[in-house]
Amino acid sequence: MKTARIVFQGGIYQAKEHGKGLELDNGRQVSEEDVVWLPPVEPQTSFALGLNYFDHANELSFKAPEEPLVFLKGPNTFVGHRGKTYRPSEVTNMHYECELAVIIGKQAKNVTRDEAYSYISGYTIANDYAIRDYLENYYRPNLRVKNRDYCTPLGPWHVDAADIDDPMNLSLRTYVNGELVQEGSTKDMIFAIPDLIEYLSSFMTLNRGDLILTGTPKGTVDTKVGDEVSTEIEGLGSLVNTITDERS
Amino acid sequence: MHKAKAKFSGRMQMQEIEIFENEGTIKWNGQTIDPSAYTFDVPITGTIYGTLLNYQGVLEQLGEALHHDPYKTPPKAPILYLKPKNTMIGHQAFIPMPEDESALEVGACLGLVIGEKASRVSEEDAMSYIEGYTIVNDISVPHESLFRPAVKQKARDGFCPVGPWIVNRRDTILNPDNLSVRVYVNGECKQENHTRNLVRAVPKLLEDVTEFMTLDKGDILLVGIPENPPLVKDGDLVRVEIEQVGALENRVRKEGLIGGIQS
Repeated sequence: MKTARIVFQGGIYQAKEHGKGLELDNGRQVSEEDVVWLPPVEPQTSFALGLNYFDHANELSFKAPEEPLVFLKGPNTFVGHRGKTYRPSEVTNMHYECELAVIIGKQAKNVTRDEAYSYISGYTIANDYAIRDYLENYYRPNLRVKNRDYCTPLGPWHVDAADIDDPMNLSLRTYVNGELVQEGSTKDMIFAIPDLIEYLSSFMTLNRGDLILTGTPKGTVDTKVGDEVSTEIEGLGSLVNTITDERS
Repeated sequence: MHKAKAKFSGRMQMQEIEIFENEGTIKWNGQTIDPSAYTFDVPITGTIYGTLLNYQGVLEQLGEALHHDPYKTPPKAPILYLKPKNTMIGHQAFIPMPEDESALEVGACLGLVIGEKASRVSEEDAMSYIEGYTIVNDISVPHESLFRPAVKQKARDGFCPVGPWIVNRRDTILNPDNLSVRVYVNGECKQENHTRNLVRAVPKLLEDVTEFMTLDKGDILLVGIPENPPLVKDGDLVRVEIEQVGALENRVRKEGLIGGIQS
């Protein structure tokens, strides 16, 4: 099942897919144009992976890491489907990153990779924008690059884990203004989803609602103000975001 | 006397208290009490952001290394990190020592408690966004390299004692850039520093952080960890004392002996 969190006429609802529109949790059926999309989960602890695809690591001329390159993101950074993300006027390279986001479904500590999938409630799409102008070599990638307000679109749906046969074999695609600019498959991850859950839960407790953004494949290029960026993952839908400037 | 808010264990709501620093007592509902007779829960609910490299002594110790690989140049903007919810524990709760570690680093931090949404605030206005101050012990597994985010070293369960309370800024004449910070291990003073030694003083830090991200009401911004952080081992009692704010005390204990945490 696909579920969303949306705002309709000023109220916050859970909603599910219904034909071309949505059915709210009070039974009312509405069209997509009438709702505002929120991130499908309220962000708790959110992890993101750097350099987790062989081809992307090569593209940035880094060798693949021996241990997952993990960083944390704050709740300020998330924004829903059809949201807007601000690009500072002075930057020269702000790129999208289409990522499979894993949503943890129950408390997890010392979970082995064999059991890992049973701790997942579902999946969604994240677009983990980076502004490379602000990269510094301390705790890299630093928060000024990766934790800016509304710089991580998330959604549109929480797709139940049961509906995804093999999350390690999904195609990812990014379109900018309708043009295909990034393409890859989750099968090319360096550290697979079960490895990441085993790794993180070996030193800390994961909780329901925690997110793991699993990294992006090659094909990250600069975006401009006004661009519509659509990140898509097979079976999860299409997450749309628009780049804005200071005034809009 | 300082007005403060505390979360006594077992109470849903924060309680207004008065702190008498010299006497070592607090006043709650008109009664003078000994705080050591009570336990306190984590007094905050927001996100904790730490600031790396914000004491002059820390930069001085790194010295030439800041110009070499992998860092190449000294930091320009504030370098931040998160202490997620699983790390937060209250005053007097045990700090878990992982089974495969023998020493942990104490991170004595003044915590700025944000009182209203702070986005692109100016240095001049910055102080009005602070609701109060608390003490945070930002525990780490010791690590040399600052090149990659230290999630495995800093985000372990129980690695962020917070408290015991929040001293209210509006009721207290307290300059956050003029406070002594001391760490005692088993009663012996192991570190002494002063917030006048910050690279970015509190108003400047708030200006530079909120230039690139919003701090929400209830979030905590740590001003930084002073140089030469003391190491603690299993069984040690660690006390972080910040002038006019209070003292945060926790004992280190093997992770396997603490209920709810297995390793």
